[in-house]
Amino acid sequence: MNTRGLRSQLKDSVPVTGMGQQVGAYGVQDTLRSGFSSVKNELLPSHALELSEKNFQLNQDKMNFSNLRNIQGLHAPLKLQMEYRAARQIQRLPFLQSSHLALDTLKGNDESISFEDILNDPSQSEMVGEPHVMMEYKLGLM
Amino acid sequence: MTKSTRQPRTKILINSGMALSNVLEIPTSGFNFENVARNVALEGLLEGGQTKTPKPMKTGTTIAGLVCKEGVVLGADTRATSGEVVADKMCAKIHYISPNIYCCGAGTAADTEKTTDLLSSNLTIFSMNSGRNPRVVMAVNILQDMLFRYRGQIGASLILGGVDCSGNHLYTVGPYGSIDNVPYLAMGSGDLAALGILEDRFKPNMEMEEAKELVRDAIHSGIMSDLGSGNNIDICVITKQGVDYIRPYQESEYKDKRQKRYKYGPGTTSILTEKIVPLELEVVQETVQQMDTA
Repeated sequence: MNTRGLRSQLKDSVPVTGMGQQVGAYGVQDTLRSGFSSVKNELLPSHALELSEKNFQLNQDKMNFSNLRNIQGLHAPLKLQMEYRAARQIQRLPFLQSSHLALDTLKGNDESISFEDILNDPSQSEMVGEPHVMMEYKLGLM
Repeated sequence: MTKSTRQPRTKILINSGMALSNVLEIPTSGFNFENVARNVALEGLLEGGQTKTPKPMKTGTTIAGLVCKEGVVLGADTRATSGEVVADKMCAKIHYISPNIYCCGAGTAADTEKTTDLLSSNLTIFSMNSGRNPRVVMAVNILQDMLFRYRGQIGASLILGGVDCSGNHLYTVGPYGSIDNVPYLAMGSGDLAALGILEDRFKPNMEMEEAKELVRDAIHSGIMSDLGSGNNIDICVITKQGVDYIRPYQESEYKDKRQKRYKYGPGTTSILTEKIVPLELEVVQETVQQMDTA
C-alpha cells in the first residue's frame, strides 16, 4: 500500500516553504530557544526525515487517490474528497481540541495506532493559542 | 463591557509571538524535529570537552529462530548493554505480538520495544474487528511499512515467528524494512557464531526437543563468542496448541552470588524520642445495610 507506484507520483509532492523560525517576543528571532539564525537553518531541513515526515500524509493521500482514479475512474476520488471536506468542517472552535472523529473514521485512522497517536498529542500540548486571534483568523477578519 | 476593536491587535504584538505561530500552525502530532539542530551543536561542543552524550541502550545480542515440525522455536540471550556496561542482565528480548506470533528484537532496546508494542496493538485491533488471529505475513507487512517510512532511523532488527492457518513461518525484518522468509535464522551481534551452529545441524522437520536443543546451542555459542551477548537463555516455543515461553531456559553458570544480605534489620537505627497523638474521630452518620442471608 505504501510503496507501490511511488515514483510516478513523486513529482507532485507538496513543495516545502521553509522550516519556519521560532518567533519570540516582539516578533524577533528567539535566540535562547532556537540558537543563532542562519539562512541555511531555515531553508534546509536539519534532519533527514523532517521533509518526508512533514509531507507524509499528503503524499500518501495523493498516491492513494491517483491509484483509485486509475482503478475506478474519476468519480471515486471526487466523492471521497467531498466526504473528507465535509468531515473536516465538523470541528469545535479553533483554539479548542476537536476529536476529528468523522475524519478519522473516513481515513481509517480509528483502526490503527502509529507514532502520531502517541507522540506530541495536540490535546496535551503545553501551548495554547490566543482565542481572539484564532477566531479572527478563522473568520477572515485578520 | 465594550472593547475597542483596536485593543486586541496591540495586545498580540506585545504578548509573546508564540500566539502568532499557534494561529497559523496547529502543532502536528508525531515526531518533532525542533531540537535536532540544537543537539548537533551540543554534540560538537561536548566532544571537545570531557563529557559525552549518553548512549542509548542497545541489545547487542544473539537471537535465533527455527521452524520445526510442530511449530516455531525462538531463542534469545538476556543481556542489554549501554556502551561498555551491562545495563540489564535479565532483559526480555522475546516480545509478545499476538497469541500466535512472538518476536525477538535486536538493536536499540527502546526501538524494538516500542515497535513491537505498536505492532501488537495494531494486530489486537485487527483481531477484535475480524474475530481471527492475525497471520504472520500481516505482521511482517505492517513492520516493513513502518520501518521503511522512517528510513532506518528506528534501529530495530527483528525475528518474527508464528503459527497460523497457513503453516509455521519465520521472518526477519531489517532496520530499513527488508524482509526474508527462511527456515532458520540468527540476528544481532552474535549472529555469525549462532548461524554457524544452525548451518551445521539444521534439518527440515525436526522434532521439538531436538529443535529446542539446537536453538539453545546456537544462542550459547553466540554468548561465548560475542561480548554483547550473555547471561541467561530464553526460549519460546510456538505451536498450534499454544505458546510455551520458558524464561529462563538455562541460567548462566557465571552468576555471581551476593556476599551478604544488604537489608537492614529492625533496630539498626536507634529511636531517640517517641510521641503518640491519638486522633479523635466523631461519628457523623451511621447507616446499617441488611445482609440477605436467606
